[in-house]
Amino acid sequence: MENIIDTAKLVLTKKDFESDQMVKWCPGCGDHAILKSVENVFPELGIPKEDFVVVSGIGCSSRFPYYMNTYGIHGIHGRAAALATGIKIANPKLSVWMITGDGDSMAIGGNHFIHVARRNPDVNILLFNNKIYGLTKGQYSPTTPKGSKTKTSPQGSFETPFNPGELVMGARGKFFARVVDTNIKMMTRIFKEASEHHGASIVEILANCVIFNNKVHGLITGRDTKEDNQIFLEAGQPMIYGKEKDKGIILDGAQLKSVTIGENGITESDLMVHDPTTEDSGIHIMLANMAPPELPAAMGVIRSVKAPTIEDSVWASVEHEKQISPLKNVDDLLNSGSTWDID
Amino acid sequence: MTDSKNKVIELEKAVIRFAGDSGDGMQLTGSLFSDSTAFAGNDFATFPDYPSEIRAPQGTVSGVSGFQIHFGSNDIHTSGDQADVLVAMNPASLKANKNWMTNDAVIIVDNDAFTEKNIIKAGYENNPLTDGTLNGHLVVNAPIATLTKAAVSELDIDNKSAQKSKNMFALGMIFYMFNRSYEKTFTFFENKFKTKPLIVESNKLVLKAGYNFADTIEAFTNTFKIAPAKLNKGRYRNVTGNLATAWGLLAAAERSGLKLFIGSYPITPATEILQELAKHKQFSAVSFQAEDEIAGIVSTIGASFAGALPVTSTSGPGLSLKSEALGLAVMTELPLVVVNVQRGGPSTGLPTKSEQSDLYQALFGRNGEAPLIVMAASSSSDCFYSAFEAVKLSLEHMTPVILLTDGSLANGSEVFKIPKVNSLPKIKPPIAKANDADYKPYARDSKKLSRPWAIPGTEGLRHRIGGLEKENISGNVSHNPENHQLMSELRQEKVERVADFISSQTVEGDENADILVVSWGGTYGVMLTAVEQLLKEGYSIAFTHFKHIMPFPKNTEDILSKYKKILVCEINMGQFVNYLRMKFPKYDYGQYNKIQGLPFTVAELKKEFITLINE
Repeated sequence: MENIIDTAKLVLTKKDFESDQMVKWCPGCGDHAILKSVENVFPELGIPKEDFVVVSGIGCSSRFPYYMNTYGIHGIHGRAAALATGIKIANPKLSVWMITGDGDSMAIGGNHFIHVARRNPDVNILLFNNKIYGLTKGQYSPTTPKGSKTKTSPQGSFETPFNPGELVMGARGKFFARVVDTNIKMMTRIFKEASEHHGASIVEILANCVIFNNKVHGLITGRDTKEDNQIFLEAGQPMIYGKEKDKGIILDGAQLKSVTIGENGITESDLMVHDPTTEDSGIHIMLANMAPPELPAAMGVIRSVKAPTIEDSVWASVEHEKQISPLKNVDDLLNSGSTWDID
Repeated sequence: MTDSKNKVIELEKAVIRFAGDSGDGMQLTGSLFSDSTAFAGNDFATFPDYPSEIRAPQGTVSGVSGFQIHFGSNDIHTSGDQADVLVAMNPASLKANKNWMTNDAVIIVDNDAFTEKNIIKAGYENNPLTDGTLNGHLVVNAPIATLTKAAVSELDIDNKSAQKSKNMFALGMIFYMFNRSYEKTFTFFENKFKTKPLIVESNKLVLKAGYNFADTIEAFTNTFKIAPAKLNKGRYRNVTGNLATAWGLLAAAERSGLKLFIGSYPITPATEILQELAKHKQFSAVSFQAEDEIAGIVSTIGASFAGALPVTSTSGPGLSLKSEALGLAVMTELPLVVVNVQRGGPSTGLPTKSEQSDLYQALFGRNGEAPLIVMAASSSSDCFYSAFEAVKLSLEHMTPVILLTDGSLANGSEVFKIPKVNSLPKIKPPIAKANDADYKPYARDSKKLSRPWAIPGTEGLRHRIGGLEKENISGNVSHNPENHQLMSELRQEKVERVADFISSQTVEGDENADILVVSWGGTYGVMLTAVEQLLKEGYSIAFTHFKHIMPFPKNTEDILSKYKKILVCEINMGQFVNYLRMKFPKYDYGQYNKIQGLPFTVAELKKEFITLINE
């Protein structure tokens, strides 16, 4: 008789992760496509469905855990990174996904955001960057372009915005990728790569707020403009983009520059070849900072460097201490050092 | 080792205060004397008193660091009101402690340090050793700096390094005065400075020199001896409140079978709890030093969701920063132990001084209706049992607990009878079983009203929780008005029902007295001492001390109703008394408060109680 292995439990589908709760984002909101992409990715990861935990802070994007049939915790404003770090250290076998927005992670949770990047727990962080406060109805955020008129900047914002990728790398983060909410295929692929990276993987999603900041990423995501304003970076491949696939990126002195293949003697071999694995983040920061019209916005995995995670270090230390400590239990501890007996 | 020339006087108890510049090693001197006191079999309690600056300007009153020990042959509950012996390493130490010694205290001074410059720096106009300021005291002048230099003259050691042993000269003198052996202290030097034989040797020589100096100059007409205390059979040790807290938490981890997680941020005077737990990874206890107070508590809530024994430690201003997250823990009904080591407030306040002024914050400092358990440790060694119980209640009732200790308990130490961990109760959190068909996130235990703890990774229990109001039983997000009312009541009722699971409130002293004195938290020892002394003096007085504040023990009102006069004593402006007035408005409460960053003294409490008795 053949051994029959019940694989039914291991083969998961999108349905396994769809929750029975009504999704309450506005019609046309970019978040719907992101949810769909995440539902696409989870069954493909070979992880039991009980081991997923979706964590969030506050904001439109942070309602996400309620829309996934996994373990989930919807936290408080800005603190999702701290929640996720605690969960992952306490129970490293869990696949932890943190959902956050530009207000949640760049403003009120800015401190936690830089520290999660630095500590490098194996957590996947999806940063929905719509460059506006949506849930409170339209105030500028730390990623809103300078000069933008919003409800709290009626004369135009006076503030220099953050670039999340630059912030991640400044905080010595090891993984940063960028995607657009208009491309489910791209999101699905990159979320999978983020999951497979062992360490804190931060993915910036250029998300559209259809109500309060419609088409803020229009130049990058627009049907007619996207090919000339986006470059998808592939490890080991030359940096080519454009409708005609004739544009590329070169390093000109200490600056990145867009060139056209065939013009001024430029050939494909002159173009930069993407290497996300260099420890030095210099080029990665320059890539993350590229913006139209001079340069295309970089998509894909910009930086992916191997490094120990905090939970690996913590539990390795636990194992080591168990080996070397003369204290085997709390009785030993209470009786250690200077004690005396009364008979 | 006693010199036969001197008469040895038996004392019941004594208080010694070591005082010097904050770099003079007074804390070490004090703790070495404590060790020798333990070895002599006395009961004792200690209290360090140090500035919040690491090295405040040398020679000034603000830079004085002190260590007080109260030891005796009877039960010792406090570190003592005033010193019988003061060791003053410089003029500033003398000045800073003039109110902290008895009128006839013995004063040992390093008169090498009484230079004109130092005398002026301390704020004296004339040399207090010669101007009559110290009339009534036996002043022992010892040229400690000079004699320390001389003691190590044979060693290849520079004078600057040698002077670091000055404190050992003073310790040697005290050892002589109290007929102590210094062998144990020598063993300590050998272990502590294993790789520095020169330091071991110089410390030994200087300590011996101090001992012999006291003998030779016949400085003391008598020496003293204190008989061993009559403690119950068992093994004992000395613990500070912070150490006892950390160990109580570890014992609770062992009795619950869970792995401890502490997410915390350093803050005076709570830091030692985090530091101590960081040392014990061998018990699978994980410490996480967060980027701020908020991340400390929130990472701990994450760890709680993930099934760890969740602890965060802090002090007043840190608790303020944790307020919002406490609400999240209340709403998600997850276990969480917050140890708040109170210090002088508001704002940065008096970081190294003690106060009981975070009670309102613990009870009420959150948005919304956010009840949780509030309890308070009553002594340094009780921190062990209070921390253990805080964990037990939090895990079994699925609710956050704030455990209040304070700077006095945290840094003060006392004798601790070491328990067997398996004599402590087992802790049984309501962990949901895999694939339980009846599992609902907010279904409740019929007695405790606790909800089941479904730990991520468990098959068949996927669910979502969070800060938004949840529908009873299903745990789905709900804005339904009736549901919010119901859930608010359930959360309150769940905490109230903890009263069914804690011990009854007890009365000490003369239960039939007319007067009841009331206290809570860290003032137990000084209150008990005052009450015991009054009873001995023939007064009639009853005393009740609270550890459980939210909820109160069920018999609280029975006790309050029995007395004609109630006096509530606290180191604040009256937070507990006002809480009693709110909870049990039928009774009249008098209040006695002090808010000077200092503990009560037995003398002032007795005076207050006698006034009330005689009214």
